[in-house]
Amino acid sequence: MAAYAETAAKTVLATAGRDRDRSVKSLVFLGLLWFSLFFGVLVLVALIVSTALEGAPRFDSDLITRYSSTLSPERTGFRAGILGSLMVILATAAMAVPIGIAAALHLEEFANKERWYNKFIEVNLQNLAAVPSVVYGLLAVAFVTLMGIHQRGLVISGAVALSLLILPVIIITTREAVRAVPREIRDGSMALGATRWQTTWKQTLPSAVPGIATGTILGLSRAIGEAAPLLIIGTATAIRFDPNGLMSQFTALPLEIYSTTSQSREDFRVAAAAAIIVLLVMILALNGLAIFIRNKFQRSW
Amino acid sequence: MTTTTTTPAGPPSPAGLRGDPVDLSGRSRPGEAVIRGVLFAAALVSVLTTVGIVIALLRPAVEFFRDVPVWEFLGGTRWAPNDSGNPDFGVWPLVSATLVITVVALVVAIPLGLGAAMYLSEYASPEMRRRLKPIVELLAGVPSVVYGFFALTFVTPNLLQKVLHIDVGFTNALAAGLVLGVMIIPTIASLSEDALFAVPLSLRQGSFAMGANRMQTTLRVVLPAAMSGVAAAVILGLSRAVGETMIVALAAGSRPHLSLDPREGMQAMTGYIASTAGGENPVGSTSYNTLFAVGLLLFVITLIINVISIALVRRYRQEY
Repeated sequence: MAAYAETAAKTVLATAGRDRDRSVKSLVFLGLLWFSLFFGVLVLVALIVSTALEGAPRFDSDLITRYSSTLSPERTGFRAGILGSLMVILATAAMAVPIGIAAALHLEEFANKERWYNKFIEVNLQNLAAVPSVVYGLLAVAFVTLMGIHQRGLVISGAVALSLLILPVIIITTREAVRAVPREIRDGSMALGATRWQTTWKQTLPSAVPGIATGTILGLSRAIGEAAPLLIIGTATAIRFDPNGLMSQFTALPLEIYSTTSQSREDFRVAAAAAIIVLLVMILALNGLAIFIRNKFQRSW
Repeated sequence: MTTTTTTPAGPPSPAGLRGDPVDLSGRSRPGEAVIRGVLFAAALVSVLTTVGIVIALLRPAVEFFRDVPVWEFLGGTRWAPNDSGNPDFGVWPLVSATLVITVVALVVAIPLGLGAAMYLSEYASPEMRRRLKPIVELLAGVPSVVYGFFALTFVTPNLLQKVLHIDVGFTNALAAGLVLGVMIIPTIASLSEDALFAVPLSLRQGSFAMGANRMQTTLRVVLPAAMSGVAAAVILGLSRAVGETMIVALAAGSRPHLSLDPREGMQAMTGYIASTAGGENPVGSTSYNTLFAVGLLLFVITLIINVISIALVRRYRQEY
């Protein structure tokens, strides 16, 4: 196939000019490219090591089992934030995943791409993916006020903000997964008399599930680290109870990290560093799950 | 029927089912139209989101501009919305801070992001490319509040003050910009890599045939040919930098003042929104509505940047 020929030609090319890479200038250039490729890893190592060293004194059970405390900063904990983050992410997934998949199916399987409104949806989606996250917070404030909820900082407000924020990500990755399902599967199904929706629901969608799951989890792992929109909806930081439902007040781990970092006492900073490691572990676990699903279930045609 | 029954050989059409030579979906089931309607409605949510953003920002902003003239907001150079005796609503100190931080970020991110992209596209074999790309993307997975903490507790005291001996305060635009730059490296790297990779092989083959080495081919043939795509990548990175909140809120400072010196602490637009939204300003007051005026300005700036970027991407897709 054309794509295969292209990669093959590319492999040949990648070695073709190598013989002439002997001049000092081109070797320096190659070194600079290597540096820029691994610079990110260097920063990441510095970030994780410095944070882990700073937070090391606080890797204890208090960190995840106790609520935040201003009176005893050396024993302050992030229980409310961890549970709040998990709850708001569940609510976000419940809202964003069905809408995102449905929108992607419309755009990929049903939409007539010549129509102006479908083109408009496409451009609009590209733009939304780059709207600053604080703006989604401002939108969520207006939205829940419109629904008649005037209390600030509820789980539902946070979930609305985060859902709208990651919706473009979910739609884009779902479309890629659906697009990767070969046309023959659809043709076969339709040739047997299935309608377009039956084909989509029984053939295309199940084949695309691993890709969709991977993309969705990666989107959620982005949402779990977001603090800015939650700050805007007025999420409190000094919460000393577990969230219990959509209409409950809550706080989130990234937000507690933000407020704890802003405190001047050294103990708080140490606690914030330890909480960052907890947050990174949560994100790493989500990413690990996504990679596991991809490797285990992804089919290649 | 005017179309032929077989499609020419080639990669499957990305358009999915649309454009089938023969329409096989002759059978109709009641209810299927409803399902299609639901799917379309879901796609419309994204449009409604945009409309919602515009309305949500415009309404309080219009109220704000009833109290404060637009020219005073856009032209003023003193930002003191909570100064009860002498409030001033000149947005320039916030805009200049965003500008300084963004410039620092781009100085870091453009060369490093482009370097990584050039290596992945021009030097790496397809196998290496597949393995190395996720490493670059790793940086995008770190939450911004973590980067903010890193800027505040590591970059400023250790790197800037101890190693480089730069006279900076506890919060400063330099540390925020540097870390922000690292954060947007993946955006720039990944999009410009796409653009470089899309340059036709024949251009490289021609260059190698003329005796050029890989550096010359990359810099003088591939990069100029991919310029509009690379520009789109940089512009999207710029948009990310302008809109990023937590790094700026934590590390850049919370004192709005007009300055172009990155060593000073300053409050950026997003930093102001973050610090004010959590405060106790009563809903509907002028100081609360400043949030939406600044938010609207931020949205308009990023919208313009995004539209330019989308148009540039479309252009390079057309070229090849």
